[in-house]
Amino acid sequence: MTAPDSETVDEPAERRASGRRPSVWRGQGPAVAAVSVGGALGASARYGAALLWPTHTGGFPWTTFWVNVVGCFVIGAFMVVITEVWAAHRLVRPFFGTGVLGGFTTFSTYAVDIQRLVDTGHPRTGLAYLAATLLAALAAVWLAVTATRRILEWRRRR
Amino acid sequence: MNWVLVIVGGMVGAPLRYLTDRAVQSRHDTVFPWGTFAVNVVGCLILGLLTGAAVAGAASSHLQLLLGTGLCGALTTYSTFSYETLRLTEDGARLYAAANVIASVVVGLGAAFAGVSVAEALWA
Repeated sequence: MTAPDSETVDEPAERRASGRRPSVWRGQGPAVAAVSVGGALGASARYGAALLWPTHTGGFPWTTFWVNVVGCFVIGAFMVVITEVWAAHRLVRPFFGTGVLGGFTTFSTYAVDIQRLVDTGHPRTGLAYLAATLLAALAAVWLAVTATRRILEWRRRR
Repeated sequence: MNWVLVIVGGMVGAPLRYLTDRAVQSRHDTVFPWGTFAVNVVGCLILGLLTGAAVAGAASSHLQLLLGTGLCGALTTYSTFSYETLRLTEDGARLYAAANVIASVVVGLGAAFAGVSVAEALWA
């Protein structure tokens, strides 16, 4: 199954579809720099949130939960705007989508949080956190994409 | 100092994800998001090793901030994972979407548990 026009976070569809692929690395300097700066901002925001709202041992990791859910909501809205209405500068997507939101949200902390909960005798909290994050994150990205498309449609009709 | 460690880790982790994703995605033609899957699993393994090492007293809090909060946090992503899953369902590839969710969670968790176990065996 191939999908040359599939839209991804890292790369616009038109660049993927352009026939023969040149070197993956050619001309990547500015994008890598933009992703790097965005990643630093996103990771700092997540670290700041963890300092403001620390999770006690054995408790439900609410901070990581909300960081991931909010990040998923924002990427849904952002991707609709950037692919369907706004002809943004080519570094906007690597900076904000790949860098900031990718650096803000985390899969590794999610997995290791579950491991810690199970290991310290809180398997039920771990399981609840596993399922709740997954459901809330997928619901958030769907809701954001749907709501943003509706708002754009409504504005177009006026 | 703590913030500098997180920032440096994030500055390295995010472009590593970007470059890995591009390299992986350019090598195959399936719709399955192997790039994001790969960075998430590798990040879970590294963070598991680091957490196990920290529990055993072999990793400092500074190393945890640099490699754990900064590097692994920025290397792995929940937002791209969710968005790619949604795109798969919108494109009608529901089996791929379900496979992405199940494989990411199962293999990611497996990597985290394995990392902690290996670290504890090495340093405990």
